[in-house]
Amino acid sequence: MSAKSVLEADGKAILNYHLTRSPVIKKSTLPPPPHNSPPKLASLYFPEDVAPESVLDAAETTYPWLLAPGAKFVAKPDQLIKRRGKSGLLALNKTWEEAKQWVLERAGKPVKVETVTGTLRQFLVEPFVPHKQEEEYYVNIHSLREGDYILFTHEGGVDVGDVDAKAKKILIPVDLKEYPSNEEIAATLLPDVPKFVHNVLVDFINRLYAVYVDCQFTYLEINPLVVVPNADATSASVHFLDLAAKIDQTAEFECGAKWAIARGPAALGLSTAGSGGKVDIDAGPPLEFPAPFGRELSKEEAYIAALDAKTGASLKLTVLNADGRIWTLVAGGGASVVYADAIAAAGFGEELANYGEYSGAPTETQTYHYARTVIDLLLRAPAREEGKVLFIGGGIANFTNVASTFKGVIRALREVAPQLVDHKTKIWVRRAGPNYQEGLKNIKAAGDELKLDIKVYGPEMGVAEIVPVALLGAETKVKEYGEA
Amino acid sequence: MPSVATLAPSTAANPGDSKLLNVNDNIARFSAPSRPRSPPAEHTLFHPKTRAFVYGMQTKAVQGMLDFDYINKRSTPSVAAIIYPFGGQFVSKMYWGTSETLLPVYQSTEKAFAKHPEVDTVVNFASSRSVYSSTLELMEFPQVRCIAIIAEGVPERRAREILHIAKKKGVTIIGPATVGGIKPGCFKIGNTGGMMDNIVASKLYRKGSVGYVSKSGGMSNELNNIVSQTTNGVYEGVAIGGDRYPGTTFIDHMLRYQADPECKILLLLGEVGGVEEYRVIDAVKEGLITKPIVAWAIGTCADVFKTEVQFGHAGSLANSKMETAKSKNEAMRNAGFHVPETFEKLPEMLAEVYQKLVADGTIVPEKEPAPPKIPMDYSWAQELGLIRKPAAFISTISDDRGQELLYAGMPISEVFAEDIGIGGVMSLLWFRRRLPPYASKFLEMVLMLTADHGPAVSGAMNTIITTRAGKDLISSLVAGLLTIGERFGGALDGAAAEFTNAIDKGLSPREFVDSMRKQNKLIPGIGHKVKSRNNPDQRVELVKDFVRRNFPSCKMLDYAIAVETVTTSKKDNLILNVDGCVAVCFVDLMRNCGAFSAEEAEEYLKMGVLNGLFVLGRSIGLIAHHLDQKRLRTGLYRHPWDDISYMGFGTEGVAPGGANRAMVDVGK
Repeated sequence: MSAKSVLEADGKAILNYHLTRSPVIKKSTLPPPPHNSPPKLASLYFPEDVAPESVLDAAETTYPWLLAPGAKFVAKPDQLIKRRGKSGLLALNKTWEEAKQWVLERAGKPVKVETVTGTLRQFLVEPFVPHKQEEEYYVNIHSLREGDYILFTHEGGVDVGDVDAKAKKILIPVDLKEYPSNEEIAATLLPDVPKFVHNVLVDFINRLYAVYVDCQFTYLEINPLVVVPNADATSASVHFLDLAAKIDQTAEFECGAKWAIARGPAALGLSTAGSGGKVDIDAGPPLEFPAPFGRELSKEEAYIAALDAKTGASLKLTVLNADGRIWTLVAGGGASVVYADAIAAAGFGEELANYGEYSGAPTETQTYHYARTVIDLLLRAPAREEGKVLFIGGGIANFTNVASTFKGVIRALREVAPQLVDHKTKIWVRRAGPNYQEGLKNIKAAGDELKLDIKVYGPEMGVAEIVPVALLGAETKVKEYGEA
Repeated sequence: MPSVATLAPSTAANPGDSKLLNVNDNIARFSAPSRPRSPPAEHTLFHPKTRAFVYGMQTKAVQGMLDFDYINKRSTPSVAAIIYPFGGQFVSKMYWGTSETLLPVYQSTEKAFAKHPEVDTVVNFASSRSVYSSTLELMEFPQVRCIAIIAEGVPERRAREILHIAKKKGVTIIGPATVGGIKPGCFKIGNTGGMMDNIVASKLYRKGSVGYVSKSGGMSNELNNIVSQTTNGVYEGVAIGGDRYPGTTFIDHMLRYQADPECKILLLLGEVGGVEEYRVIDAVKEGLITKPIVAWAIGTCADVFKTEVQFGHAGSLANSKMETAKSKNEAMRNAGFHVPETFEKLPEMLAEVYQKLVADGTIVPEKEPAPPKIPMDYSWAQELGLIRKPAAFISTISDDRGQELLYAGMPISEVFAEDIGIGGVMSLLWFRRRLPPYASKFLEMVLMLTADHGPAVSGAMNTIITTRAGKDLISSLVAGLLTIGERFGGALDGAAAEFTNAIDKGLSPREFVDSMRKQNKLIPGIGHKVKSRNNPDQRVELVKDFVRRNFPSCKMLDYAIAVETVTTSKKDNLILNVDGCVAVCFVDLMRNCGAFSAEEAEEYLKMGVLNGLFVLGRSIGLIAHHLDQKRLRTGLYRHPWDDISYMGFGTEGVAPGGANRAMVDVGK
């Protein structure tokens, strides 16, 4: 659980709904505006087993405004891809027919963006907002220890360039009583913006920041932020065309209802019919935190993530290289990193198959499911002449009962012991903490009984010291646990 | 000095479990320690007289803290009291060595602080949801100098607010998402350092010269181990927590260690993500830190990965090149820190730095004191399999200790997966075995047949009357159940006993009937008020049919039917009634289903299992009558006088206790 990126469609929906509702920190430049009408966000998901055409057909029913005569649209993938404009993943000013065609050509296809390859499955289609280049601004809010920075530049758009260097910045201190005045905001952020839009923009920034606080964003970038003046150039309307955001997942208990209601059918102007009758805990679906582009969760990773979400303990799994021959089953958020470091330092980074950790006193059964998942993945990787390596590692636990968690690990080993032998798997164990003596004794006994190639060490061995011993054949004076 | 009541050692198993005090308890009572003569130095967070509250009912952690205090030869426990807003308990019993002590438990924070003005530290175990409000409340009290926040998953915005308020108020926050910290000889936060065996193994019972700061709690324990093996030990260690905004960071504690003359070596275990390591580098460059620093940032592997990986800690994700572990290690090395090539080389480097300081006389190793002994907790010793004691109770039918509830060894999920029904559950719990499906089905049939027999029977009547007196479900049900005995509902047991007895003696059906008549005994299970041979009881037919079709043998049933032939020849309504039929069939089942030995079958019948069937079945009906009466909202029942024959009182009412009281003529 941490701050995580959200879909552009979700970010926009939250912004659209709460922009007029989140309490502003200080009195803004303009009186409270009327609530926004539901945003026009056609969020299209193309599952593997459904024809893209039928997704688009269904979209026309869900979002009737797509069929409005003469309407022009923007289409783009919504998968946390940065700089879509530069990668040709942005279709502007298209009719629905053209937009459909553009999406069809890409949906379900792999695409390489910079160094990462991923499959395009999630698209966003929105009405196109005609505007001039000079009306494109850029705004960014991000959180640091000392407070939240608001960055603003009047030269937004695809070619915004080095924002850090050119944007105007203002620090909003953590104590919101020190929130800057409207004049300060205008003077600091908007010196290069025509005076007549100051009121509108300051009000927008005030409200944007209010949502940022109220919905516990940790990052929010709008580029371009389009400010279209009215005919007599006395005021302007603000449109957020492209948005990237991170939201603090741990704040779910405070903000879950706010995230949900903004994305509920009522707020999005959708008919509630055909929602499948599923009852959500809030007035809308729970906020999703998609995996980074090109790193869609595998079935196993999703399974562990679901397991993790159901417990106070921590269970994490990231498959780095499914064909790798070095697998880790390590306890502890810090120790797991030390293991990965040691494997990389030994020159086996390419062969490291997974990163993961279990900690916070998971139960025997949870540990079993976790271990079983990792070992299954290990066995699925192609057999190697040189065999495979499994590190069952961990630091010196503070309060996790090692014997109990190891019972779960042993159960998993027991179930697939012959296959582990077939794959010539060398198992290296190092662990300590409450009741580790029993845990190590049991795993050693089980390993011997199951004829596994297993080496077991206690706290006399350094936490990841077994890594160089295992991978590079480094010498060690430390004896196996239980040996005199 | 604590005043220790010299009484026999207690036998209470678990501190905190029992609120009750026993005269035999060996209770040590402490007054607050005398105030240190001068306030502790700015850099001293914990000292041998530090007193703390633990927020949250964390008796295991508190016991760990007290054990630590004890082996560190503190004269008073470091925990002054527990604050538990959901309380109700006023004291919690804890061990102090082998004796015991009582820790006050306060529901109100205000009261706790008012009673314990010497407390300046709080270990806050509140959950991620409530830790913000409770920490803010704690910081309202000016005596608070340090709060450790254990919870994981505190929203970043809230954590940041906490740390800013703390800074303004001069409160040191350790955490969130941490195990805490430890200072040998002084104080241990919560679960830091693990169990006592590890505290002893890592020599955390006496102070050394190395002060460390780490993000990870698990790794801090690893550092305890490394430090104890390569140097004269830990002076103080803090795990600041793995979140993005820890309340205090490396630099805060590094500066404290620098200022503390007893701390000679600084050890820093950084991590990928964030820029806090650079503030330590700046401090070194500015000359604020001059002591040798051994340092390492974990997460160097991130550079090898093709995509970004969120490591276990929320804060461990590099947002820029500067935040990578590799850059940090390089920068620290360039600033003159002792940075090893890998984490595995860190112990070597630490030993090297230590030896140098010993050689130049900066550190003078002290004589090693004998490692202290701490009595092991009963529950822990039991878990380790070191001790045993006879149990007061034995249970062989169900087990709720594991991941899944077990009925006679069968997991509850399997009970449902195999759809064994209530009959199957009864066979597991009553007989500790699976019976064949027809047997389970038969048990269910009995329950269904005995469920109710109308409102007029005495059991139902009692339930109805009790319900109408306004009593609750249990009272009404029990009123009905208590009626069950030899006369009401007892026919089952009686029939089973008499028929079995007869058949086992080898009596022919006719001999059996005759012998009963000679003894002037009615045959239980024979006879019905209205039903007769020509007007058979459908319930009996159902049972007979089922048993004939499914049971491997129905010898008893056949015998009972032969008896019926004899009795009905005397009178048409002397048929085998439903009680008798169920009873003999049940005996057939026990004897012939193959799941019981002859002795077992006998034993179960003697234990009254048939009566059990009736009680269980009829409870359904009795509950139904209770609900029925409640639904009808019937009032209190009073039996009409004219339905009671008052004999011997004359015609007019006589006051109770009058002269001619209880003159019932029994002579007739």
